[in-house]
Amino acid sequence: MWLYEKILEYPVRVYKTDLRMAKYLMAQYGGPDSELSAGVRYLTQRYSMPTNRAKGLLTDIGTEELAHWEIIGTMIYKLIKDATPEQLRQEDLGGYFTEHGQAIYPADASGIPWTAAYIQATGDPVTDLHEDMAAEQKARTTYEHLIRLTDDPGIKDALRFLREREVVHFQRFGEELNRVQEELIANKVF
Amino acid sequence: MDHIQMQMLRDIQKLEFTAIELTLYLDTHPDEQAPLNDYNKTAEKLDSLKMLYEKTYGPLMAYGFSSSPCPWRWIEGPWPWEITL
Ligand SMILES: [Fe+2]
Repeated sequence: MWLYEKILEYPVRVYKTDLRMAKYLMAQYGGPDSELSAGVRYLTQRYSMPTNRAKGLLTDIGTEELAHWEIIGTMIYKLIKDATPEQLRQEDLGGYFTEHGQAIYPADASGIPWTAAYIQATGDPVTDLHEDMAAEQKARTTYEHLIRLTDDPGIKDALRFLREREVVHFQRFGEELNRVQEELIANKVF
Repeated sequence: MDHIQMQMLRDIQKLEFTAIELTLYLDTHPDEQAPLNDYNKTAEKLDSLKMLYEKTYGPLMAYGFSSSPCPWRWIEGPWPWEITL
């Protein structure tokens, strides 16, 4: 069961239309290293984790990623909601408008739709946790690139929050990876 | 959305963030007493703040987690992505 709470994890203070930034932000909404990939990856991998700690951690980080997905969706929504079709066309979003109007569709910054091929679940906890740590670093890098692409204080503020969360997730996954490896060595189940 | 509602949402957001951070920390440090105390204190504060908020502004959650007067207040706007303040 999942429960939806009618509140963002972090406020999104975006007041202007900025189609170029909206397009770049799609990277974190429907791209390979997006919040959507992160959420689906962790919530998929948790079934085959060997420890209760790892099952809990993947459930909780996976759930937080969905809250981040909502923050990015909110940013894009606010950045494009008042745009005209002509403005969208000028920012090379004419194709997007044709297919999706002003809906918030999970595609990357180049318009390529999200796919499960972006994620892996191998059933090997050491391999999966390594993938998760790499994914957190890739998301951190993407956020750093995005922060450099905007001067808007509201967008920067939310992106800095999300970047910081990737650092924390990386740390927690690393701690769990060490524990899982210790236990595997102690039990010699490999 | 008035300023009092906005301020309450911000306060809930802050406490929830503390709770999220402590949840992840406790997942990998389940035997540490100090963060657990912080977690329990945060949960308690969050509970009473949410109850206060919901009394005036309607449910934050559906599925039976909070009650609603008539008409059904869960579907009242603004939704989180529509808040402009
Ligand atoms: Fe993350």
